[in-house]
Amino acid sequence: MNLAYRDIRHNLLRFVLTNLGLSLLLGIVIMITGVYGGLVNDAVRQARAAHADLWVVQAGTNGPFAQGSRIPGDTRDLVARVYGVAKAGAVTYQSVQTELNGKPLRFFLVGFEPGRPGSPTSLIAGRDILRDHYEMIVDRSSGLKLGQVIPLGTHAHEFKIVGLTEGQVTSSGDAVAYVTLRDAHALQFELAPPAERREVARGGGSGSSDQINAVIAKVSPHVRIDEVAAALSRWKHLTTLTEAQQETLLSKFVIQKARSQQLMIMVLLVIVSAVIIALIIYTLTMDKVRSIATLKFIGAPDRTIVGLVVQQALSMGIFGYFTGLVLVLVFKPYFPRRLVLDPQTVGIVFAITVVVCLAASTLGIRLALKVDPAEALAGTG
Amino acid sequence: MEPLAKEPVVRIEHLSKHFGEGSAQVDALRDIDLTVYPGQVVGLMGPSGSGKTTLLNCIACIVEPSGGRITLDGDVVYDEAWLTSDLRRLRLDKIGFIFQYPNLLPFLDGTDNVAIVLNLAGYGGSAARERAADLLEYLDVAHRKHAMPGQLSGGEAQRVAIARALANRPRIILADEPTAPLDSERARIVMDLLRRIAQEQDAAVIVVTHDEMILDRFDHIFRLRDGRLELEEDRTRPRRPGTEP
Repeated sequence: MNLAYRDIRHNLLRFVLTNLGLSLLLGIVIMITGVYGGLVNDAVRQARAAHADLWVVQAGTNGPFAQGSRIPGDTRDLVARVYGVAKAGAVTYQSVQTELNGKPLRFFLVGFEPGRPGSPTSLIAGRDILRDHYEMIVDRSSGLKLGQVIPLGTHAHEFKIVGLTEGQVTSSGDAVAYVTLRDAHALQFELAPPAERREVARGGGSGSSDQINAVIAKVSPHVRIDEVAAALSRWKHLTTLTEAQQETLLSKFVIQKARSQQLMIMVLLVIVSAVIIALIIYTLTMDKVRSIATLKFIGAPDRTIVGLVVQQALSMGIFGYFTGLVLVLVFKPYFPRRLVLDPQTVGIVFAITVVVCLAASTLGIRLALKVDPAEALAGTG
Repeated sequence: MEPLAKEPVVRIEHLSKHFGEGSAQVDALRDIDLTVYPGQVVGLMGPSGSGKTTLLNCIACIVEPSGGRITLDGDVVYDEAWLTSDLRRLRLDKIGFIFQYPNLLPFLDGTDNVAIVLNLAGYGGSAARERAADLLEYLDVAHRKHAMPGQLSGGEAQRVAIARALANRPRIILADEPTAPLDSERARIVMDLLRRIAQEQDAAVIVVTHDEMILDRFDHIFRLRDGRLELEEDRTRPRRPGTEP
């Protein structure tokens, strides 16, 4: 006879209401885990989206994401000629902000050379960029639709959305957008008309530059990547990073502070959950003191009493966890940033919940074991 | 109180119990001797605080005496110290306890409140439920076997509690004011039931009571005064004509 189950069934409404509150709390723990996973995943995805074998950046920098990197545009030709490099593409990265329907819209803008490494892949809708100017591919998290036109840059050039990607956002949650390298240069260096007039008056150029942030190299499958990296590193004005190094930079260093903050919030939430679960179990056990005393009086062993408390704690934790998980999965699409819940992390949170429930039930167990069987004789109805 | 050619089920010798130490010491029980034979129903009376419940708790192995000797169903369980380490098992196997209030587990129905004792004693689920159903039938409360304690009347709940006390066929049945929440008619029915069980199961029944209306249901009536036990009436002796029954 499972006493925990019978007690839950008898007080079903109380159990459900208590668990609803607990599921919200555990849902927040799961959500923060998802935010943490999203943070790391988004950071790494940013680099992975380029499908690079090697990143060639300014010497002495960890560019282009962790640090600023600026190299001449013709570096791409130099890299492409190195033995083992199958393809090379120049890329620029910049954050841009525009306004659409009175609301600010932020992008992480990638300038790329169509047909070369660095181009967007895995479009979920639309097509690749086919024209040299004013076409854009953007992540659907931006909320933009195919065919929509948005103004960008100091001259408010109108860019038409021709393609959509999915799951390409920065670690800060901004959608990634792709334009041609030429457009990216224009957006980066083009001056506002008054500033341009002043620059021309003082004899300067018209605000254009052939600077890029990095060269992305694809290595031939017949040549080892580290050999090519070693060859490229002989150029003292450039630094070469492998894809793995770039991912490490992004996941470990670029978002280190944010990771620590998320981790701290997670730890605090787990502690708060443990305290709340412990208090709930303690209160539930307090409500059952007379029943526990009666059970002891009629000869129930300690393991029956402990089983009653532990099984209820576990039922509560498991029910709360899965309800919380369902709530997170239901509301995930409406969350302002991407949540990544991989099965391993979800499993770890479940294991933590179980451990927390077991630890939290010790308070209730202590109380239950201290109940004197003679309390069953106390004269109340 | 003559021996009935049977071994006593409960034998208490020189039992004492005190609470506190030194000048604050309170002697709840002093040099108590009590012997109850199979089939006998014994009443314990006395004013509040006289030690009735303490004596019952000592026999039920809930409270440890301060001295003396307790023999239950032929086994010495206390002789200046507990002689058994598993008092829980002892209670389960030898003692059935009927509380003043039914003390049914609120989350189990009538059948399961009885069957749980059998489950704890090692009976399987269906065997336990069968025996529980038989007991509820015997106590004329089978029609309420699926009712939760909150849905039972006082008399029905008390009969389920009695069924629980009898479930494991104990040799000793202890009852702490079992008729207190009942009207006089139901109180007599419960006492008749205890008498019947004592006879049928060869059990010793010890009842703590204040209820004067049920005194005729006891074989012996003891009174506790200031922790001392005195035999007030031995209803098993033949009476001279003209005396009150």
